Amino acid sequence: MTADITQPAPHEAASSHDAAPAKGSKTAHVRGQQHPISVYLKVWGYLFVLSTMSYLVDYFHVAGLLRWVLIITFMLLKAGLIVAIFMHMAWERLALMYAILVPPLCLGTLVLLMAIESDYTFWTRIIFFGKGA
Amino acid sequence: MTATTTPTEPAHGVPAGEGLRTLAADWSSDQEVFKQVHWGKAMMWIFLLSDTFVFSCFLTSYMTMRASTIVPWPNPSEVFALTIGGHSIPLILIAIMTFVLISSSGTMAMAVNFAYRRDRLKTTLLMLATAAFGATFVSMQAFEWTHLILDEHVRPWGNPLGAPQFGSCFFMITGFHGLHVSIGVLYLSIIASKVARGHYERKGNYEVVEIAGLYWHFVDLVWVFIFALFYLW
Repeated sequence: MTADITQPAPHEAASSHDAAPAKGSKTAHVRGQQHPISVYLKVWGYLFVLSTMSYLVDYFHVAGLLRWVLIITFMLLKAGLIVAIFMHMAWERLALMYAILVPPLCLGTLVLLMAIESDYTFWTRIIFFGKGA
Repeated sequence: MTATTTPTEPAHGVPAGEGLRTLAADWSSDQEVFKQVHWGKAMMWIFLLSDTFVFSCFLTSYMTMRASTIVPWPNPSEVFALTIGGHSIPLILIAIMTFVLISSSGTMAMAVNFAYRRDRLKTTLLMLATAAFGATFVSMQAFEWTHLILDEHVRPWGNPLGAPQFGSCFFMITGFHGLHVSIGVLYLSIIASKVARGHYERKGNYEVVEIAGLYWHFVDLVWVFIFALFYLW
């Protein structure tokens, strides 16, 4: 289906860098994100399969390192599919991608620091509270 | 931009060096960094980024508590089991909730697609379906909370099942997520009714549906992490 362009066409020709912001953004998004429905159905299917697989990890009592590897892998794959396809991040400009996807790296650092800290707390508790028990 | 390519594809298929040059040019230019991105969409992304930090704080503190407690943590697999037809199936309630939320994300993605094709009827119906899935999810969560509070006597300050931190983490994290889902259901219903009334048809811009979609997908995204880190740990 073709888009109805409500704005006069000439703005369309403006280059991405020197377009007047208001008009440039308006005309550029009259059509918006257009992808075939099959892309979404496929991703939907993948998400179902990945969720089923992570549920089966629990169902079959997979334990230890393998459990962790499987759960985290499925989690990251699902998150990646949702952000890239459903939220259209894969088709956004790099400026937006970097602005949104780089800051969460700080969170990885926080998680790492807190994991080290909790290990320390755990052993301190074992040593001091564990005596009487 | 040439007339043959769609406006949203510039990042696709561009050589890496050129992409980085575009990135630098965008960030070093005056007035506006996110060129050709609808202002509301850019702001929704910034909001979602801040929300990511909020949820991450909860999940990180939960992880720290769970890893450092010397009292055994209740086994989520057993706590959230349901007895169906005489068999106790582990974690089945949470699995169903996960599928409900993923389905709602699928219908939302298609609603955004139909909105850009200006198919008002399908957009409205798919958005309402999304909201209905969301409402189902919240109801199931209410059922889960009721079970935990009344039958298992779990409280934010302790519980008979094991580590006292289980209660506070559980109510805080799932409560905050459930609040997001509830607000999302309201948000989607309002946008859907505006689509149905032709509000965006007159403005000639359906970007608002995609922005609402971003929020909804984020709610699903958070659940992916909660499901993996809280329930499957």
